[in-house]
Amino acid sequence: MDTVTTVGEIVRGDREVFPPYLYEAYQSTRKRAPKQPLLSMPLTISELTGPGPVLSAVTPEDADLTRNAGTGGEAIGQRIIVAGRVLDERGTPIPNTLLEVWQANASGRYLHERDQWPGPLDPNFLGIGRCLTNEKGEYRFLTVRPGAYPWKNHYNAWRPAHIHFSVFGPSMLSRLITQMYFADDPLHNLDPIMSSVPAGNARDRLIAAYDHTITEQEWALGYRWDIVVKGPYATPFEETETR
Amino acid sequence: MTPLILTGSSTVGPFFAPCLLRPDAVRQVLAQPGTPGEVIRIEGRVTDGDGAPVTDAMIEIWQANEQGRYNHPSGRGQAPQDESFSGFGRTGTDKDGSYWFETIKPGPVPFAGEQMQAPHISVTIFSRGLLNHLATRLYFEDEAANVTDPVLQSVPANRRDTLVARREGDQAKPVYRFDIVLQGEGETAFFNL
Repeated sequence: MDTVTTVGEIVRGDREVFPPYLYEAYQSTRKRAPKQPLLSMPLTISELTGPGPVLSAVTPEDADLTRNAGTGGEAIGQRIIVAGRVLDERGTPIPNTLLEVWQANASGRYLHERDQWPGPLDPNFLGIGRCLTNEKGEYRFLTVRPGAYPWKNHYNAWRPAHIHFSVFGPSMLSRLITQMYFADDPLHNLDPIMSSVPAGNARDRLIAAYDHTITEQEWALGYRWDIVVKGPYATPFEETETR
Repeated sequence: MTPLILTGSSTVGPFFAPCLLRPDAVRQVLAQPGTPGEVIRIEGRVTDGDGAPVTDAMIEIWQANEQGRYNHPSGRGQAPQDESFSGFGRTGTDKDGSYWFETIKPGPVPFAGEQMQAPHISVTIFSRGLLNHLATRLYFEDEAANVTDPVLQSVPANRRDTLVARREGDQAKPVYRFDIVLQGEGETAFFNL
């Protein structure tokens, strides 16, 4: 995918890390990517602050996607634990911040009216969860490993297995929505969404690592995935206009 | 130490609503009964490069209270913090690409030194096809301080209007219209955050 698509010039922040807005191989970018360069601005109190843990009533049950459908039954699939820390680029842990996750079920089907491919739904799986990081910036979800799923972007297009993450962090700079992938998935290099993130360290950052210390005996496989968000540091971007 | 590599962004895709827009995660009405300030409604429509409505976007807003104080530990200034006002809003666009919030008009917030910023609201847009979110600001057309606002005045003059919400409605129920054009003619000015 890296060599066969038009890549736009307009990028948010660090172009070594963030995908361009226009990535033609991902068709939905074509009419939605801005064409004007993003404007640099002085960082003010409006950017260096941000909403706190704005959603009230986050419960421990919200972080258990295998049971939070509330049916009394358990989701089908390979039970996994996804755990890690939310940090900023200086390694400072981000405590008490909201993570929201959503994903397909084990057969690759989303519980959503616009997902109508014939993968079976699981009545015991909503595919949504949330939690707050603890005082050390740590989070933990229990879920099932999502399946790959087909989409209509191009012929025989399949998204690699992934979990969507939404993170707030301490300021407007740290707001991040991204996708976590699993190692050793042959679909990675065929996927324009994953390929839109620069290859190398930045793309590797999106891949969770199997971690046997997280795996629990006779219960669930463990994956570690740390999330690094931009800290509230008033460092101006040097490259903000198109090159 | 060498800074850690940031986690890259990605699109929210088409299936985020059951999670991010579940009923208890939507924040469309920010003003509680008794929240000090002028109650306003913000309405707008999100369109793409064809002028077509973007029906699957999520909009988040972040603003100070009437006194110009953010509900945040670093919300500097002496103005009292109002715990009843989070300053955070989130909603989705509908089948017409439209969205709305009901909130209070924020006060001016500090810039540097004694200089103040004109009242404004930070607006963030997420959608399928946006590999990164888009950040912009909503200003109010009836604010004299706009002409000295350091951020608004840093926007090229021919694009400044895209950040200024138009006042509609009657005096008792002011509506500020803030349309968002993702691409093409009239494209909203977005900031690199």
